[in-house]
Amino acid sequence: MSQKLLLSAKEINIILQRLACQLVENHKDFKNSALIGIQPRGSFLAQRLYHILEKDYGLNALKVGKLDITFYRDDFRRGDKMLKANETEIDFIVENKNVVLIDDVLFTGRSIRSALTALQSFGRPSKIELLTLIDRRFSRHLPIQPDYNGRKVDAINDEHVKVCWKENDGEDAIYLMNN
Amino acid sequence: MKELSVSNLLGIKYLTTEDLHLIFETADQFKEVINRPIKKVPSLRDITIANLFFENSTRTRLSFELAEKRLSADVINFSASSSSVTKGETLVDTVNNILAMKVDMVVMRHPNPGAGVFLSKHIGASIINAGDGAHEHPTQALLDVYSIREKYGDVNGKKIVIVGDIMHSRVALSNIFALKKLGAKVKVCGPNSLIPKHVESLGVEIEHNLKAALEWCEIANMLRVQHERMEHSYFPSTREYVQQYGVNKALLDTLSNPITIMHPGPINRGVEITSDVADSEHSIILNQVENGVAIRMAVMYLLASKIKQYEN
Repeated sequence: MSQKLLLSAKEINIILQRLACQLVENHKDFKNSALIGIQPRGSFLAQRLYHILEKDYGLNALKVGKLDITFYRDDFRRGDKMLKANETEIDFIVENKNVVLIDDVLFTGRSIRSALTALQSFGRPSKIELLTLIDRRFSRHLPIQPDYNGRKVDAINDEHVKVCWKENDGEDAIYLMNN
Repeated sequence: MKELSVSNLLGIKYLTTEDLHLIFETADQFKEVINRPIKKVPSLRDITIANLFFENSTRTRLSFELAEKRLSADVINFSASSSSVTKGETLVDTVNNILAMKVDMVVMRHPNPGAGVFLSKHIGASIINAGDGAHEHPTQALLDVYSIREKYGDVNGKKIVIVGDIMHSRVALSNIFALKKLGAKVKVCGPNSLIPKHVESLGVEIEHNLKAALEWCEIANMLRVQHERMEHSYFPSTREYVQQYGVNKALLDTLSNPITIMHPGPINRGVEITSDVADSEHSIILNQVENGVAIRMAVMYLLASKIKQYEN
């Protein structure tokens, strides 16, 4: 197995700053907006953006949640996917909010489809947007596209993108892994 | 992939400690789900479950049915009193006829111990034992232990006393298996006539003095006296039983440490516990009922994952 560095810690930081900036451009004071990270790996990205928005833009009392999609997956009983669910933590009301769903890698789009269904269990948001760090274009199974995106990556099928976060994997880096 | 080591839930005896932890961790997430505005997930939308109740039940049946519906499964109900069982059909025939209608999972309560184990040898569907005679009632034990874990954080090392009719209770046996597997210390307490012989071989101690047992424990699980299973009398009178083994507020107030009171239901108020105990802050009886739905969702979700219809 070989791996190639796609983005370094410095490049990730620049992208995060840009994404935060784009979010502020559209959501202004975030009064009626919420960030929801898709578990497990989208929550790290949501937390990072939250810290930037809080520190650099002085946005306090931002609503940030975590959403687990295990029970909503369309591949239950079809293969060796993880059964075990992660924590869901949405301690605000999503009804009539502008929700930004956050995930690290957009690949087939099936996770996002599940997340959209899962989110409906909490109410009817007035708008849902999608933010991703890596968009693996040309690999979509469903008509889903991000509203905010870090970097587009063209990868062939047996390659996969690995996103490492300092708080979980010891470093900030994104690799293209070749099996 | 982490999954259960079994494909039927026939009893706690057949589960590993890892299975118990997996069920509890999954139930944590389902508990969050059933507290959402929309309490339903689509996981089991392509699964059909038959609830076969050859013996009366209210809360277990409702709890299973609610859990099935919140997992989006299709549900059919069957009760023995209004069926061909009274016409002389055998258990295997009854179940095979139901399975011929393409049912994937069977939840069964039966008056005979071992009915679930017997059935599992004759049919292909996944079976959940919802109580078989005086043998096991695994989902009740899972929700009891889950409620202890929820209140105390951990079960390991906790002291639990099970009080009452141990002899006729499937809840007691399943609870003992589950608690011992998780490292709890267990005593059973009741009149000599209602303590089964050789119960010590399960790793539990016997205590006949209720006050001493309550003083020792952190949690007391109060069982109902099962008059319907008693073919002759095991104690002179209900009044005498209440005097020796009934828990009331005055007795709880004499204890040096507050304890938690559990009850699998249905309660005979004024017999095993008085109303002021059942409704006090010491009681977690209604939490047990709530947790029952989450636990049953977890069990059915994990067992359903083993039904592979889509493999080539």
